[in-house]
Amino acid sequence: MKSAIMNNLQQISEQNLVDIEQARENGQTAVGFYCLYSPMEIAVAGGAIPLPLCGTRNDPVAAAEETLPRNLCPLIKSSYGFAVSDTCAYFRASDIIIGDTTCDGKKKMFELLSRQKTTHVLQLPQNQDAELSMSLWRSELERFKKIIEDATKVAIDDTRLRSAISLMNRERQARKTLMDVNKAIPAPLKGTQMLEVLFKVGFLADKKMGISFMEEVTAKAREGAFLPDTSAPGKAKRILLTGVPVGLGSDKVVKIIEQLGADVVAFENCSGYKQAFTVDESKPPMEALAEQYLATPCSVMSPNLGRFALLAEMIRDFHVDGVIDLTWQACHTYNVEAFLVDEFVQESSGLPTLHLETDYAESDSEQLRVRIEAYLEML
Amino acid sequence: MRYAGIDIGSRTIELVVIDEAGQIVGSRQADSGFNPMVRAKEMTRELTYDSIMATGYGRNLFEISFDAPTVTEIKAHAVGARVLFPGGTTVLDIGGQDSKAISVLGNGRVKKFEMNDRCAAGTGKFMEIMARSLGFEIDTFGDEALQFKNELTISSMCTVFAESEVTSLIAQGCSPQDIAMALHKSVIGRVVQMLKRVLGDGDIVFTGGVALNRCMQQLLADKLDRKVLVPDDPQLVGALGAAFLARDAG
Repeated sequence: MKSAIMNNLQQISEQNLVDIEQARENGQTAVGFYCLYSPMEIAVAGGAIPLPLCGTRNDPVAAAEETLPRNLCPLIKSSYGFAVSDTCAYFRASDIIIGDTTCDGKKKMFELLSRQKTTHVLQLPQNQDAELSMSLWRSELERFKKIIEDATKVAIDDTRLRSAISLMNRERQARKTLMDVNKAIPAPLKGTQMLEVLFKVGFLADKKMGISFMEEVTAKAREGAFLPDTSAPGKAKRILLTGVPVGLGSDKVVKIIEQLGADVVAFENCSGYKQAFTVDESKPPMEALAEQYLATPCSVMSPNLGRFALLAEMIRDFHVDGVIDLTWQACHTYNVEAFLVDEFVQESSGLPTLHLETDYAESDSEQLRVRIEAYLEML
Repeated sequence: MRYAGIDIGSRTIELVVIDEAGQIVGSRQADSGFNPMVRAKEMTRELTYDSIMATGYGRNLFEISFDAPTVTEIKAHAVGARVLFPGGTTVLDIGGQDSKAISVLGNGRVKKFEMNDRCAAGTGKFMEIMARSLGFEIDTFGDEALQFKNELTISSMCTVFAESEVTSLIAQGCSPQDIAMALHKSVIGRVVQMLKRVLGDGDIVFTGGVALNRCMQQLLADKLDRKVLVPDDPQLVGALGAAFLARDAG
């Protein structure tokens, strides 16, 4: 059952690339995204296909280091490396690129990336203060809309926006419902399985197909289809992974935690639960998008209070035994915020945290294993 | 019943056997060499015991070869240090290739820990290379440093750069003892940064091979203004902790 579902996902993913090529031949535009802050709804409203391009594999890092400094976040190097080495089918398929000024490394990387492909960078404010930041963000989203209109030759009106918001809300709701499955004890899905489903579904051009696939996995997981036959129910320590995003290829920490007998039951990051939001469908669409997306609780915001509220909610709802805070090497914002996360989690829930700083390479796996094992012994 | 703990480290292997009352009834120490499992096997043949627990970076290999349970060196050091010094609240272990600072709760459980295992800086390996470049034996390196007359500063913590900094200080005519002291101070500076992230109230238990170095003991106590407790045999602490955990496991 388990393997049948995953094989099906593999087939859907392979077919997806063919479908995207077909759609582009028929005149549809593909828009590459690098960050959760840019609303995909605007691309969808213009009839374009949104593609997440954030790099999660180590392979292209060497190619990136021919240009970028070695002491830079592996996510940025991987993203750039995929582009310059032409090894990512989704980057190749993208007609234009949308980036945003999230962190220093990314915004400077986008300057170089624009030599590979037309790149538009949205000026993301550094805090979520309504008076200071909202007018800038609103005007950036208007500019974004114009960019999509120019690329797709579609006039994006409120009706189109509303239906895009509704579709994307349904997709996010399906994601959230799937992730919420692991509130149960024992967790019906392994962290690595959850990661694979969420990661691969993200690329699907046919959003409705992605939604129904996630609904199917949710139903099967609830029936216990993914539970190992030999599990000791409820014995595994339940870990919340917070911090930087993880995807296939950058999931070594999740794998090590599982190898050591614990479960990663929740992901407080932008590849996980930070996507579990709903855009308000009762408000004027551009306003609703600006408000909801700016509220994304990433460490690039200062202060980033939303993250602590989300952590508290998730620690409670997912019945968490421990919190592991992951920082990609040279990601200053998450690295500094780790101190506040540790302090907050200890004070609010009495749990110790483990902060790990690493990159996409496997070279430090044994060192990570000792730290994680010692942390699990503490719980 | 007799319980053994074996700590398979990067530079040395220690084996400790305790009785039901927790008294040490035997111990062995050897260099890890190029085949630590062969060495570990030889050592375990020399002592008798009923059950064994392994720790150290070679623990997983030992688990496979000997079908024995394992524990991380973090927990083993916390338990071992607590057995020797019930009043100690923080453990500093400087081993051959890593250093760690562990905050210990009253019941011997680990409260928090920090580790440096990314580079040789601030480890036994660093001390060895620096002693050699100054023509000192590692066993007397600390005593030589305590003979210093002039304050010098070494700013490079990277082993490779520190070595060239040492070479240029020698070329400037600085005394080996003065340079030795500067090296000790640079290591302590680094270690104290790590220690402060976990430091509670109370005494510090200093373990691992580097704890034998008198200059390190003294600098640490001065810098933190705390009592620094050093076991008679600081290299055995991890193995001792593992032996106690073997006993508790039954």
